[in-house]
Amino acid sequence: MSRTIFEKGANGRSGNFLPANDCPVDDLGFAHRREGEIGLPRIGEQDLIRHYVELASKNYHIDKGMYPLGSCTMKYNPVINEEVASLGGFAGLHPLQSEDDVQGALELMYELESDLCEICGMSAFSLQPVAGAHGELAGMMIARDWFRRRGEERKTVLVPDSAHGTNPASVVICGFTPKTIPSNEAGLIDPEVLKQEAGDDTAVLMLTLPNTLGLFEKDIEKIIRIVHDALLEQAEKGIVDYPDYLFDVGALVYMDGANMNALMGIVKPGSIGIDIMHLNLHKTFSTPHGGGGPGAGPVGVLEHLAGLLPVPRVVKKDGRFSLKETSGESIGRVHPWFGNFNVFVKAYAYIKALGGEGLLEVSENAIINANYLMKKVARDYDIKYPGRCMHEFVASGRNLKKFGVKTVDVAKRLLDYGLHAPTVYFPLIVEEALMIEPVETEKKEALDHFADVMAKIAKEAEENPEILHEAPVTTPVRRLDEVAAARCPELSWSGGECLPMEE
Amino acid sequence: MVPEECTYTKEHEWVCHEGGIATIGISEYAATELGDIVYIELTEPGSNVKQMDPIGTIEAVKTVAELFSPVSGEIIEVNEAIIEHPEIINRDPVEEGWFLKIRISDPGELDNLFTFEEYSEFLGEQED
Repeated sequence: MSRTIFEKGANGRSGNFLPANDCPVDDLGFAHRREGEIGLPRIGEQDLIRHYVELASKNYHIDKGMYPLGSCTMKYNPVINEEVASLGGFAGLHPLQSEDDVQGALELMYELESDLCEICGMSAFSLQPVAGAHGELAGMMIARDWFRRRGEERKTVLVPDSAHGTNPASVVICGFTPKTIPSNEAGLIDPEVLKQEAGDDTAVLMLTLPNTLGLFEKDIEKIIRIVHDALLEQAEKGIVDYPDYLFDVGALVYMDGANMNALMGIVKPGSIGIDIMHLNLHKTFSTPHGGGGPGAGPVGVLEHLAGLLPVPRVVKKDGRFSLKETSGESIGRVHPWFGNFNVFVKAYAYIKALGGEGLLEVSENAIINANYLMKKVARDYDIKYPGRCMHEFVASGRNLKKFGVKTVDVAKRLLDYGLHAPTVYFPLIVEEALMIEPVETEKKEALDHFADVMAKIAKEAEENPEILHEAPVTTPVRRLDEVAAARCPELSWSGGECLPMEE
Repeated sequence: MVPEECTYTKEHEWVCHEGGIATIGISEYAATELGDIVYIELTEPGSNVKQMDPIGTIEAVKTVAELFSPVSGEIIEVNEAIIEHPEIINRDPVEEGWFLKIRISDPGELDNLFTFEEYSEFLGEQED
């Protein structure tokens, strides 16, 4: 294990060459004065560089090898994105600069919003949320305010058991009650089951599409119709007035668009009646994430909900762009300033470089890669839902249990072969799950290699399960004590013993 | 607890009924499948619950599972020991690792649950 940067330093060392201060010092007052040592590492510049180069070389990342982490869309991030984002006019901006100074940045945000609207068939997008789950929360807040403004007290949000794990959490934080919709034997929502669960207390159906099994809901039109038909009884009887455009909207349909990588140019969610959705720019639109950079989870809505989007909104008038800070119906701000602007630049570069045809090809290749790999992996592992998949599929390690081998062992062994493990033990509806998303940027040789390694591991499980129990053996650190990490987490460097949580 | 005299659910919970009080825990199979349990959250005593209401959360290293009430009634006691030391459940799920006690409001509900033999058979099917 590497030593931390704090442990490498020594008194008197520094990489700091600031000149001596020759300005008057403003004494902030006693209350604000630091009492102890600041506790920064004492290390010279060369050792500092060596420290991070050493860590980077031990790290595994998409630029080192395949990263088939299901649900995370770990695709290659083109260098052009980084180049554009590091242009001085973007990278050097300050959020308090006057609008006249930042017309280009505002135009980029405006254009990106309209491109996302075009890709998704939505009427308006806000770029403000900074993560997928943040977009979910903003979307749920929009739904909550929508019903409040109409004087409706709808409490229930239907969440299929094939949804992303964050969905029910966003629902609860927003004050709704989640209700699980079990999926059927094909891994899909059964419209008949949905019909029984949807009623006039239903506020939203929160749908992950394609779902976490990598499957597209084949009854999507029926599903949306059922939810939109969940009208209040008073409305049905004509006691409450509904605006014209709402004749067919009772409850709302929310789409978790984290898996949009499978749908670009193929399905426009807004056109099939999705009322609210979020995207993960850092997945679908290729910006570094998962420790590699911040995220962006724009939230998009159809026309009737547009006024509720977070402020500020970028508006265009007479060829000039400005930020509109207020809107009577808005849910308000959900983040300081404008969101993670740097991520917008990268996503914008990606969209413009590929164009409509290119984005369609991205989704097509993501689907082809996943189906190709599924067929190969299926030779050695169980596939609970073996039909066609979209951009990812879920295999199971349950057939190896008879050798005393679990999915976690397979995942750890993959590391020995220089591959990142897939997502494991999710979704919960598949026993010993291995959720595999190859993404479109991997070539056929890489997919073949991954499948070969998976086959080799299945063979090892049968012939020499001990190897799998001990894996990984070739990585910089061996198998970590995940129990201690969960029971006794040490979240910042304390320089000492791990203390139990309570103390 | 005498395993043969208790009833079981599809969610791998066990229910032992004595004098109107049901003691509830998770089966050996569930404890093994979940792996190392690291955190337990249970509904407070005094709460009234219906059969199949969620009454707790079990967090293991690899997954999080919900605990559903196998019966309707009032929660009268929770096992503080497992909240402090969740590892007890992995060590001894059927005795020391019990979760909570419920004063049953509808003893008839117990008839909907598996008998020991039925549960063993159900487990056999799971293994296939």
